[in-house]
Amino acid sequence: MAATFAEKLLARAAGVASVRAGEVVDAYPDLIMSHAASWRCIRMLERLGTDRLYDPDRIAMVMDHNSPAYSAKTAGDQKLCREFAAAHGIGKFYDVEAGIAHVVLMEAGHVRPGMLLIGTDSHSTIYGALGAAGTGVGFSEVAATWVSGCLWMRVPESIKVTIGGPLGAGVFAKDVMLKLIGDLSADGATYCSVEFDGSYVEGLSVSERMTLCNLAMELGAKFAYVPPDDITRGYLGQRGLPRGGYEELFPDAGASYQREVRLDGPALGPQIACPHTVDNVRPVEAVAGTRVHQVFIGSCANAKYEDLAEAALILRGRHVASGVRLIVTPASKNVLQRAIADGLISVLLESGALITNPGCGACAGDGGVMADGEVTLSTANRNFRGRMGSYQSEIYLASPAVAAATAIRGVIADPRDLAPVPVRAS
Amino acid sequence: MTGGRGGSIGGRCATFGDGVNTDVIMPGRYLVSIDPAELAEHVFEPLGPQAQARVRAARVIVAGRNFGCGSAREQAASGLAGAGIVAVIAASFARTFFRNAINTGLPAITQPELAGAVADGDEVIVDMTAGTVSANGRSFPFPPFPDSLLRILQAGGLIPYVAAQIRAAGAR
Repeated sequence: MAATFAEKLLARAAGVASVRAGEVVDAYPDLIMSHAASWRCIRMLERLGTDRLYDPDRIAMVMDHNSPAYSAKTAGDQKLCREFAAAHGIGKFYDVEAGIAHVVLMEAGHVRPGMLLIGTDSHSTIYGALGAAGTGVGFSEVAATWVSGCLWMRVPESIKVTIGGPLGAGVFAKDVMLKLIGDLSADGATYCSVEFDGSYVEGLSVSERMTLCNLAMELGAKFAYVPPDDITRGYLGQRGLPRGGYEELFPDAGASYQREVRLDGPALGPQIACPHTVDNVRPVEAVAGTRVHQVFIGSCANAKYEDLAEAALILRGRHVASGVRLIVTPASKNVLQRAIADGLISVLLESGALITNPGCGACAGDGGVMADGEVTLSTANRNFRGRMGSYQSEIYLASPAVAAATAIRGVIADPRDLAPVPVRAS
Repeated sequence: MTGGRGGSIGGRCATFGDGVNTDVIMPGRYLVSIDPAELAEHVFEPLGPQAQARVRAARVIVAGRNFGCGSAREQAASGLAGAGIVAVIAASFARTFFRNAINTGLPAITQPELAGAVADGDEVIVDMTAGTVSANGRSFPFPPFPDSLLRILQAGGLIPYVAAQIRAAGAR
């Protein structure tokens, strides 16, 4: 019988010939990621009364939230993780300088097509950008899986999302996802595996695929998936993973989908998620002119090199509006290095931006929080009440291009109204 | 889970609407703690003191669709347990919250009609074995939990459950 990506992947991870949506299997993740929650996992392991790990090579730890430590408590938590990793031979340990776990692990070549990953972060769906299956779990579950190597998983139903391309100028993967989340609602894909497809996806960069799969979590998805292709293989090749060194999985023709959704890419304009839910989505025209106090370009959704470049294209030769704070938090050390090397960081600094260390930053409320009555336009993936400071503040979500245009104007603005400033030859 | 297999759990309820997210249930700034009692003080803090007082007076949360959406933070579930909540009954759950609830020993029960049939302070009783919720003289069925999840709930969560298995394996 024809199988979906999720059915093939969980059959492989459970070591059985085939599974069907709805079945519950014991699945063995290829990689177990924990981030700032790592110390909590270690404390749970202590309660289990063992420190015999199933396979230290399947464990990755990344210190991305609350980094560098801002309190003695957090410093102690991170120290615990460092010492644990050293004592247990966890080679995939990334300290406070590395950046956001998801981006760090993909850049380091730890994520391959066909893998099953679990992580202490809901946005673990992002690994679908490389044809892998990732999903978020709690810290107790990670600790138990460190020991047993497996966890129960229900084989999800699948939803196919077909996106026609190309998108218009000033429109990006973020807009595609906000439109989908607004249309389908925040539980439109709960428990489901979302398979992306269509002419837009075929030509897409890995960076934009990450944005698609990351935001699928905001539909409630368990997995997200983009079929691996030459773009995937090229990305992996640059990270020392040759073709044939991994098993690509593809859905069969005729596989069964709970729902098929089509999105007309060329007709799409920039989208904004308004306070305080991710599915409260409106076209930019409907909220243009809304005063903001802060703009945040960061998070695992939109702080990759391509995202910074998108923003810099608009910010080059312009200045952030008076009274607006523009905070840019690169997703990783690699993103920051590349952005320094080719001058993007200078462009951002000259425009008036504050550049912070790589990591989760303001998205997780680590620095860049708001006072009562303030408004932030953010490139992150959540706008829940109080997530960035005061419970009486507001968060709007949008693409890096909208963020750049908004920072310049001081009000929510359409990036299509701000053509790049011509660069004079020197 | 209190009450044990075959027993009933419940008490007065606090009601919420659709899309209650984990940032509202347990703000990120408090994730530095894993102590349920400490976390309990901050449950629903973004919604203000009135909402917090409603939860403190309740043993059961009744909510609409997509309860616990957002972050995979386990403290959203353990904080509710710390606040004395013995069951969450919602029209539907985000999958991360559902797993975290079971794994912290807090029954998360999917029942689509209850939210429309009760008000704050109403008595809500759950019979885990029969798969029914009773309130205001009516009975609402829910699909019984598979044995594997019931065992985790009865142990008080995944960690005590696995710890007992490890001890048993060591004693053999």
